[in-house]
Amino acid sequence: MPTLHAFANPARFLKIAKPLTPLLFWAGVVLVAIGCWAGLTLTPPDYLQGETVRILYIHVPAAWLGMGGWSGIAISSIMALVWRHPLATIAARAIALPGAVFAALCLTTGSIWGRPTWGTWWEWDGRLTSMLLLFFVYLGYMALAKADADRGGDGRIPALYGVAGSVLLPIIRYSVVWWNTLHQGPSIGLTQSSIAGAILWPLPIMLLGFTLLFAGIVAMRKAER
Amino acid sequence: MKAKHQRLTLALLALGAVVVAGLLALSALKDQAAFFYAPSDVRRDGIPLGRAVRLGGMVEDGSVKRAADGVTVHFTVTDGAATTPVVFAGIVPNLFREKSGVVAEGRFEPDGRFVASNLLAKHDEKYMPPEMAGKMHETKTLVTDQTS
Repeated sequence: MPTLHAFANPARFLKIAKPLTPLLFWAGVVLVAIGCWAGLTLTPPDYLQGETVRILYIHVPAAWLGMGGWSGIAISSIMALVWRHPLATIAARAIALPGAVFAALCLTTGSIWGRPTWGTWWEWDGRLTSMLLLFFVYLGYMALAKADADRGGDGRIPALYGVAGSVLLPIIRYSVVWWNTLHQGPSIGLTQSSIAGAILWPLPIMLLGFTLLFAGIVAMRKAER
Repeated sequence: MKAKHQRLTLALLALGAVVVAGLLALSALKDQAAFFYAPSDVRRDGIPLGRAVRLGGMVEDGSVKRAADGVTVHFTVTDGAATTPVVFAGIVPNLFREKSGVVAEGRFEPDGRFVASNLLAKHDEKYMPPEMAGKMHETKTLVTDQTS
């Protein structure tokens, strides 16, 4: 794979990543702004939840990026373990903070939605608990990666932790399907959705916007090092 | 080159093992991690007496009856296979209604009735604007899951 190896050169990578970073960031900001405006003004309320349904435009992308961030850490960790490439270690460390922030955003918005909908801020059900665990695992990763870097480690221990932490991803994903939970089942599948189109359509905009924003933040944190 | 391939194999095997471990934990903890009992769990395993439990399911259509004192509500929770009568005194959540999901916290009486001290409304995965909502609203996952 000569083309991929070309990007593995840190100097060349930075040359491409530098101009891309503000582009990703601002495209994300614009899309999120459009999505917020559409989600707050153009879409109808839900017949049962009323206006609180609009939290989903933040909650769902935050949840996907919280989990997607850890997938990124796991993939980077494997690359760091196998190819011993410094960029992989840096990438994993750059993902950790925004990943944790989005996991926290997911938990917070979910709690705010849960109060009027379920009648409780927090319950120890399978989905809520496993997502909270993921947030703590992020914090553990950040502490471990920092300690490893401070001691001049090669990043192998945080990389192993990154792979091991993936155990939570299938648990979060399938907790609502396989367990009795207070949290509802998945609304959005690969081919269909149980959210009506009139309510659903700003969600892909928000999802793309938050993903670009996430990528921009990761690239920024990477370039700083 | 050879060591690199060996590490790749090991790393992928480790990732696979970790994901399988997660899935195994999911299926092994199915009963312990359940947030609530469904009425058919109670019928199968007997009534869990003497401790606080949660009972979840759908509020059966036409079963909600308000007592004359104004605060006590009687209703039936069903999961399609079995039903449990529930009594609750207090303010019900906004989303509490017939043919909708509910999780009741409380205790079972020896006669099989469930005395709830708190009610949580369980929202389902369907979202729609008010004009579409003439169609029946049901918490489908609660009913279909009981076959497994």
